[in-house]
Parts: sequence; C-alpha cells; structure tokens
Amino acid sequence: MDATQQVARQQVRMRGRSYVAFVFSPVVPVVSWLAEIDATLAKSPGFFTGKPVVLDLASVDLSQAAIAHLIGSLGERNIRILGIEGVDESKLGANMPPLLTGGRACAITHVEPKAPPAKDKDKDKSKLPSLLLESPVRSGQSIVFAEGDVTVLGSVGSGAEIVAGGSIHVYGTLRGRAMAGINGNSAARIFCQKIEAELLAIDGYYQTADDIADSLRHRPAQAWLEGEMLRITPLN
Amino acid sequence: MAKVLVVTSGKGGVGKTTSTAALGAALAQMGQNVVVIDFDVGLRNLDLVMGAERRVVFDLINVVQGVAKLPQALIRDKRLENLWLLPASQTRDKDALTEEGVKRVIADLKTKFDWILCDSPAGIERGATLAMRYADEAIIVTNPEVSSVRDSDRIIGMLDSKTARAERGERVEKHLLVTRYDAGRAARGEMLSIDDILEILATPLLGIVPESQDVLRASNVGCPVTLNAAGSAPAKAYTDAVRRLMGEAVEMTVPVERKGLMDRLLRRRAA
Repeated sequence: MDATQQVARQQVRMRGRSYVAFVFSPVVPVVSWLAEIDATLAKSPGFFTGKPVVLDLASVDLSQAAIAHLIGSLGERNIRILGIEGVDESKLGANMPPLLTGGRACAITHVEPKAPPAKDKDKDKSKLPSLLLESPVRSGQSIVFAEGDVTVLGSVGSGAEIVAGGSIHVYGTLRGRAMAGINGNSAARIFCQKIEAELLAIDGYYQTADDIADSLRHRPAQAWLEGEMLRITPLN
Repeated sequence: MAKVLVVTSGKGGVGKTTSTAALGAALAQMGQNVVVIDFDVGLRNLDLVMGAERRVVFDLINVVQGVAKLPQALIRDKRLENLWLLPASQTRDKDALTEEGVKRVIADLKTKFDWILCDSPAGIERGATLAMRYADEAIIVTNPEVSSVRDSDRIIGMLDSKTARAERGERVEKHLLVTRYDAGRAARGEMLSIDDILEILATPLLGIVPESQDVLRASNVGCPVTLNAAGSAPAKAYTDAVRRLMGEAVEMTVPVERKGLMDRLLRRRAA
C-alpha cells in the first residue's frame, strides 16, 4: 500500500473571544495581602476554584523569583493564574502565565462555571431578562443567569446553587446556595417559600447557614441589602 | 417493548445490588424475561447476591470488547428459567467500559428480553454514568438519612442531564425506592420520614422496603429475597414495587413496627 497516502488537509480555524476574569492586584507587604486572601478562603472555601484569575502587578515591584513565588503561593491555595499584567515582559519566565494587555474593567464580580443542565436553557433564553426553571434544581447543579432574575418552581437542593444578576425567587424550599445581584445590583432580593439555605448572597454580601436565625428557618422569607447589611426577614 | 432500567443511588451501601436482584427475580416470577447486568466492574457483587459466582466464565467487559459473544456471557438463574445475569469483571476496572460497547450490548439485549436491569456502581464517575447512559427509567435507591438523600438528589440531576434520553430532550422516568426503612426509628424521629424524603427529592415513590434480617440472610445465601423468603415483609415490598413498575395500582403501605415482645427484645440487642 502507498505509505504516503494523500491526507485531506484539515483547516485550522482560530477565533478571538473575550472572557471575564478576576483581577488580583497584590499590594506590599505581599505576605499580609496573602493573609487577606486566606481570610476570604476561610469564609468561603473554593471561592476561586476553577475561576480565571489575572494577576495585576502594577502596584508592586517584584523580581522574577518573587513573582514565581507569588504564583506558587496562590497555586497552593488552588488559585490558578491565567495571565499577568502590569509588569515588564522580561521579568516573566518561560513557565509563567503569559503577559496580558488591553484588559478592560467590567462590573461582573462573580462568575460561576456553567453546569451542563443550565447551558441549554441559557442558550435558549439568553436574550430574556428572566429565567424560569420548572423542575427542581438538584444537588450539584449550578444555574448561572447573569442577565436577570431566576425563578424556580421547585426546590433548590442542598449542594445546588443559583447565581443571578437580578433577584432569585424559589417557590419550593431553598436548601442550597443563592447568590443574587452578582453584577453589582444591590437592589436584588432573594425570596423563598421555605428557607433552609446554606448560603445567601446579594451583591457579594453574604450569610451562611450559621448566621441565619433559627426562628426564620422553615418559613417563607426574603433577603435584601440594607446598605452593607444582608437582612433576612419572614414573608408573612 | 424492552425496558432498560438503571438501579442507582450515588451513595454506596444503600442496597442497589440487593434491590436489583430482588426486583429482577420478582419480575421473572411474574413471567417476564429479565436480565440483570452488573456494572460494578472491579467490585462485582451481583453474582454473589444471585448465587451465580461459581458459574461466571465470560463477563460484560469480554462482551463489550468483543472477546466473547453475548450468549456465552449470560448466566441463567438456577431457580427461575427466565432470569439471566450478565456479570461484571472482577479483574478489570471501569475504564474498560466504552460507551459504544455498552450501547451495542444493551441494543442486543433489548431484542431478547422484556426488562434489562442495570445495577449501577456507587459514585458519579464513569461506571455510574455508563450504567445510566441508555436507561429508559431509573430506580433511585435511598436510605432514610440525609447523606443518602442528598446523593440521590445529585444522581437525579445527572439522570436529567447525562443520559442519552436527556440529551435527546426526552425524560428518564424516575422511581424512588426507600430501603432499610426502620419503622421503630422513624417513629422515634431518629430517621428521616417518608414525607421528608419525598419533599426533598420530589420524585414518585415506588416502594418502601423495611430493614430486615431476611434481606441480609438472602444475600448471604445468594438468593434474591423475593425467592428466599417469599412471604416476608421485604419480599412483599419488592413484589409490590414490581407490580407498580408494570403499571398496576398497588396501595402504598408504610411498614409499621411489630409489637411482639421477642421482636422488641431482639431488636434492642441488635441495635
């Protein structure tokens, strides 16, 4: 057989695409800045897991070894660095993340990886200001709808999460996590028929199950922001 | 029309294998042609619970990989002639299963049997996702305790997203089977009640199997409980569950604690 068979040429297509990433801007002393990161992680472990993070080194002057050490320290906390900005390219070693330029600030403060079940629905309804889910949200599912409100007709299971740009309405029991107003919408609220939530957050201010008063549990409730205070009150 | 059922739970040790054997035998006792498949490659148990461990020559992996033909691997039950077992391999691991191979085997079995029961391994990894992959219906086995219920919730989410049916935009019909239900402990509030479980999982109930020595004894002698202790409470629960699967309307009874003095004494000692 002919060893040099003609293979149909595959075309390589490349496209540009922009994504939203967290930007970390360390300040000196870097040790205490890392301590702040640890404090955040202690409150919500896994907060940065799987999320793209960019390191902005404009406000610190670090040597190549120091940058490598900083990336290593963040790596130990399961924070992966996607790229680095605000530093001279000569300071970056070959095995470091690439230098990024031309970044623009945007309002999104919290981006969750999308769960497969959420995807289809997001695709279909991405132009609508609200997302209606007619079935329960099961443990392990993550519904992300940065465009607006999320309404769930069933319950939200323990270990499930709803992330919405607007308000969250749950007509069953809320046992999982609900994060509303993620794009900086402090007027967003969370409503549920029965509150047994693991975590409630609005515009980045949050309370865990331990902070929610026992007297509120198993009742219809709403959560809203009063200044920087997350308030939870019964609905009847 | 053959039906493919997956018996799954997420959590281990809740009674998937025992239930697969009991339901398979109960279906066969009603004259249905049944095959039970062990998907727990590397940690197979269904052969033991069915009492067929000494007759395994070829297994699911051999068939998936084309080493053996399906009829060579199928083991006929000694007690029920229309009940068959397709065992798992004990020496391989779940990576030896391929989606294409499983699809082919199940399509082949569909031409020969009325019911195909897939005994899923615990967990949410490859073995479990392949066991549910081509299912038409699912039986979610749950114990009345929070960790089991939450794992079941997770599995139900996966049934709605990771199965071939879900990807085609169809539904996998789901049934909840509560096992190891202890009426005494439920009455004392030491266990989740049936209502609590149904409220959390929002899935129709197929049956409630009481915690019973009969189940353990049946597993130990390698005979499904519906055959080994046909008149017992768990056997009745499984038989009723099967009748519901076949579309019959059977009233659901929640097992209550028997008040016998000896029973109570024995129960105390066992606990």
